Amino acid sequence: MFVYSLLAGLLFGLYFSLIGLGLNLVFGVMRIVNLAHGDFLMLGAFVAYWLFTLFSINPVPSVFISFAIFAVVGIPLYYLLVPRLLRGKDPEMLSFILFFGLSQVIEAVATISFGTSERSIPGGELGQAMASVESFFLGTAVDNGPVEIFGQTFPAAWIVSGFASGLAVLFVYLYLYRTRIGYLTRAVMVNREEALATGINVHRVSAIAFGVGLGLAALSGVFAPFMLGSITPAMGVDVTVTSFAVIVIGSLGRPLGTVLGGLIYGVSYMLMQSYYSSWANLLPYVLLVAILLVRPSGLLGRQVRRA
Amino acid sequence: MPRTVKHILCVLPVIAAFAVLPAVYENHLLLFNFMIFMMLAQGMNLIYGFTGYLPFGYVGFFGAGAYGFALTVVHLHAHPLLALLAGALAALALGVTLSPLFRLSGAYFSIANLGAALAVYQVVSNPNLESITKGPYGVSLNGVFDPTFAYTTTLAILAATFGVIVYVRNSHFGMALQAIREDSISAAMAGINVVRERIVAWLLSALIAGLAGGAFAWYVSVFYPETVFSGEFTIFAIVFSLFGGNGTVLGPILGVTVLYGIYNGVGISTPQYFQLIYGALIMLLVLFLPNGLASLLRQWGIDVP
Repeated sequence: MFVYSLLAGLLFGLYFSLIGLGLNLVFGVMRIVNLAHGDFLMLGAFVAYWLFTLFSINPVPSVFISFAIFAVVGIPLYYLLVPRLLRGKDPEMLSFILFFGLSQVIEAVATISFGTSERSIPGGELGQAMASVESFFLGTAVDNGPVEIFGQTFPAAWIVSGFASGLAVLFVYLYLYRTRIGYLTRAVMVNREEALATGINVHRVSAIAFGVGLGLAALSGVFAPFMLGSITPAMGVDVTVTSFAVIVIGSLGRPLGTVLGGLIYGVSYMLMQSYYSSWANLLPYVLLVAILLVRPSGLLGRQVRRA
Repeated sequence: MPRTVKHILCVLPVIAAFAVLPAVYENHLLLFNFMIFMMLAQGMNLIYGFTGYLPFGYVGFFGAGAYGFALTVVHLHAHPLLALLAGALAALALGVTLSPLFRLSGAYFSIANLGAALAVYQVVSNPNLESITKGPYGVSLNGVFDPTFAYTTTLAILAATFGVIVYVRNSHFGMALQAIREDSISAAMAGINVVRERIVAWLLSALIAGLAGGAFAWYVSVFYPETVFSGEFTIFAIVFSLFGGNGTVLGPILGVTVLYGIYNGVGISTPQYFQLIYGALIMLLVLFLPNGLASLLRQWGIDVP
């Protein structure tokens, strides 16, 4: 049971890192709090659901489609909302309220269009995708059932989701540390004014980061039906709070700290599920408050206290 | 005429209206809800408008007050007024527990407060605690059901709330809070005890929400954890005070009257359309009118108390 919880926790941890990553990127670059993060995740999940239901498209290609759609949506949305917000007196606080409004709008529109019923995608679909990739490499037919690791069996969907999350995190690392735009993005993260003074087009860099952030939210949404259970238009708020717990544990404003936060969160969540399942729902909130009080800058963080 | 007297004269008609209206208008629940939202909006005004901290889990105090009231009645069979006191104490205790959150800045405070409110909700609604809190199945307080008495008590609490706001608006204490909001370091240099003033404002705000929660529990007498911990109370309080104008006496009253009035007047049957309109309204307010109606009126040369 312990080994099972630990391994499942690591798989879920990778997934939770992915969920938090987009939120943390947006906060790190723009110092604005995207409270609609969970709702973009929900929209990504619905993209995957409709692609699967209407055109029988496997969730794996949907990952790229969701990411592309929301990365493209994110850039105009940035120019629409953020520059005006940053002119205000207290952008961080106002962004909180503004994106809360956006989250309400998205949730309402999604409920009006999709209804409140719970939806899901059969987990076998991801297993199918994994089996075909495996048989491509191994040259033999592989069955798409549960997978065994260290004597524990896990649904194939978990393995694929965890693996894909790890891959996505790797891509974000490459974007931030191995490309020119990533270099500029990190400059903006460290000091916005100095970046501006150096001649960096801060709005362009931020708009791209915003697009990538929303894209990552939507991308992680594709795996939501397998990792978080069924999807509904109202799921966004819980996801947003969970993402906050994850990134606060790692460190707000440092995208790669999210991975540590996600892994810690995933493992402790699974251990709670196994040993104290009736109190497991309490975990994200208590962890969030406790970490903020004890170490507000997160485990890897820089200073955030003021006054 | 001193400013304080002028401000009291501004809020007196509101109190008088709530005292007279039940005689001529039969939907008492609606009037009661107006009073509850005015209290919550003023409590939000006190903490967000005067200190700049946005408590995103403000409903936690409301729920603590409601459950403090309900559990005292259920377990101790106390008199409703005593139970109301217990509700207020529960909210104050939660406020004291959460006061370390003030070490955090801006958004961190809001997030932590939201997490704390959700944690309280999870504890209260946990089926394991059914013997104490009745868990997710809700409480029923038929024994103390007395709408007229509850209404009168709520009116008294509302009047006290307005009194607190008028005091804060016109006193040294309120000026100190605003100074801290603008620049806490300069305020400390000027000899203001930053931590103490903030905590006092916070506890007053928690007290208002706790009393509102207790009164709500008394008046409706049957409710579930998700009723009194519903995030909508926080949202309403934020939107109403933001719309009217934070940091003023009349702003939140104006916000509740106009927005909650429209909401009930239009009678939106589908909650999603209502959610859509409110979400859009919040976004427009933040982008175009971050200081609310009060700032608009001031631009036109009308002084808003």
